[in-house]
Amino acid sequence: MNIWVYIDHFKGQALGSSWEAVGAGKTLGKVTALVVGSGVEALAKSAFEYGADEVLLADEAELADYRSEVYATTLKQALAEGGCDVLLFPTTSRGLELAAMAGVDLDSGVLVDVVALELSGDRLKVTRPMYSGKVLARVTSTGKPQIATLRGRAFPKPAQQAGRTGTIKKIKAGGGGLSQVEGYTAGEGGVSLTDASVIVSGGRGMAYNPALAAPAGMDEKQAEVWRAQQGFELLKQLAGVLGGAVGASRAAVDAGYVPYAMQVGQTGKLVSPDIYLACGISGAIQHLAGMRSSKTIVAINKDADAPIFKLARYGVVGDVYQILPALIAAMKKRLQK
Amino acid sequence: MKIVVCVKTTPDTTAVIKVEGGRASWGETPLVINPWDEYAVEAALQLKEAQGGTVTAISVGGEEARIGLKHALAMGVEEAVLISDPGLAGVDPAGVARVLAAAVQKLGGVEVALFGRQAIDDDSGTTAAQVARRLGWAGLTLASVIKVDGGSLRVERAMEEGRQVVVAKLPAVVSVVKDYGSPRSPSFLGIRKASRTEIPTWRLGDLGIAAPAIGIVPEELHEAPTREVVCEIITGGSPEETAEKLAEKILGERQK
Repeated sequence: MNIWVYIDHFKGQALGSSWEAVGAGKTLGKVTALVVGSGVEALAKSAFEYGADEVLLADEAELADYRSEVYATTLKQALAEGGCDVLLFPTTSRGLELAAMAGVDLDSGVLVDVVALELSGDRLKVTRPMYSGKVLARVTSTGKPQIATLRGRAFPKPAQQAGRTGTIKKIKAGGGGLSQVEGYTAGEGGVSLTDASVIVSGGRGMAYNPALAAPAGMDEKQAEVWRAQQGFELLKQLAGVLGGAVGASRAAVDAGYVPYAMQVGQTGKLVSPDIYLACGISGAIQHLAGMRSSKTIVAINKDADAPIFKLARYGVVGDVYQILPALIAAMKKRLQK
Repeated sequence: MKIVVCVKTTPDTTAVIKVEGGRASWGETPLVINPWDEYAVEAALQLKEAQGGTVTAISVGGEEARIGLKHALAMGVEEAVLISDPGLAGVDPAGVARVLAAAVQKLGGVEVALFGRQAIDDDSGTTAAQVARRLGWAGLTLASVIKVDGGSLRVERAMEEGRQVVVAKLPAVVSVVKDYGSPRSPSFLGIRKASRTEIPTWRLGDLGIAAPAIGIVPEELHEAPTREVVCEIITGGSPEETAEKLAEKILGERQK
């Protein structure tokens, strides 16, 4: 079986789920990595180290910025040469979009956000969550090549084998640009939620710190937001010590405490870290849907009856404002930071 | 400016989903407009308010799909079209994209087609990109800011690394994320107007296309396994003592 894997990257920095997809591809057959960009030869080298047997490299100045139509046409041209049985992408914003467009170009169904896969004869069969993971569906597709996007952290990242190499075949950039990239505005930075192995999340409970006096002149709502934001600063510190990312419940986002990019849940990000620490989050069904696949869930909440404790392996019934500073200090001591 | 917004009808996010007879079932939970699509409707209405023009909502589905269309009408969309056909039984997302692209072409003169980022039932999130590819239009997904400037569209796309600012000539397909801003609630007058608005039904024949082939074959559905966890409640004589114990447990799990 010939498995082609698209390596998603931003300015030459691969997203971790790209290498997970290479690893998953290796369990099915021979892996050809697709590397598209400008000045991305180092990525081709990394692809071999993560297990790719061959690299198709489109490395041209006009590919410096990701544009869906140009990247999709680059893939289309390469696929027209034949030799691909299964085409895999990481489920990232670019990966999903290119998979969708390849689905149109190849007239083949797209198996989205796959969490498990296997070959049955020469057909790929997959498991994918639906209804935000409330249901798991076993599905297959009829087209050829078959196309799938793989959920981040659902497949192990292969060990990097320094010095492993293979053949690079150059491919041409696709034309037909319909858009222009004007630039980028900085994100929050730090570890992305979907890649994080540790997530520290806060909910409405982060606003209830009566000991904290808001600056004069704020009305009640402003004071609530201000208090919550002081609380999220604590979460950021803890995440920093643990090398993780900060998330939030929809309630915290809707209340204006933190931006939407941090929302975990059915209408936010679906995450599956090794450790998910929920602080002042009661555990609405929409939130649980977004983080239920975390390996170990830890909850700190004042309300012993909060639904979050039903999913948690460890819980503290108490005030996040008493526990968090002590927990940051305890972690710093243990991790010598 | 002629604007189209594509909507889907889904179970509410509070639904407890069960698998019964091999199919997903949500009991008595009401059907609603797909929550992501409310942002797309809001974006469509704001574009119309800034540029003038009309907004048409389209949905592919059975009679239940009128629920989402009625909601869009109640928010302020002028007209709605339901695409329903026995040939669409079991249609997959790629098939829906094919049908929607044909409907956009049939409407004619459309400059912007808007979508929510994904539907909360199937969770595919591929439809906007597939419609763009079929139409040969620019596909600008995950937009949090949308501005029209002459014959061009400027959007900010919410990506993993931050926002990408992209400009494309019209016509274009755009999918909208929650950062765009809160969708308006239907007004009393809007709800009355929606209840009186006739929603025409188009068949595949009206679009001049055959029933799309089914590319995704579901084999088996099952409910996600419930987590068999017993929560160990950590206590201590002081917050410091509790935190010490908790830190030890967390780091122990991390090393597994």
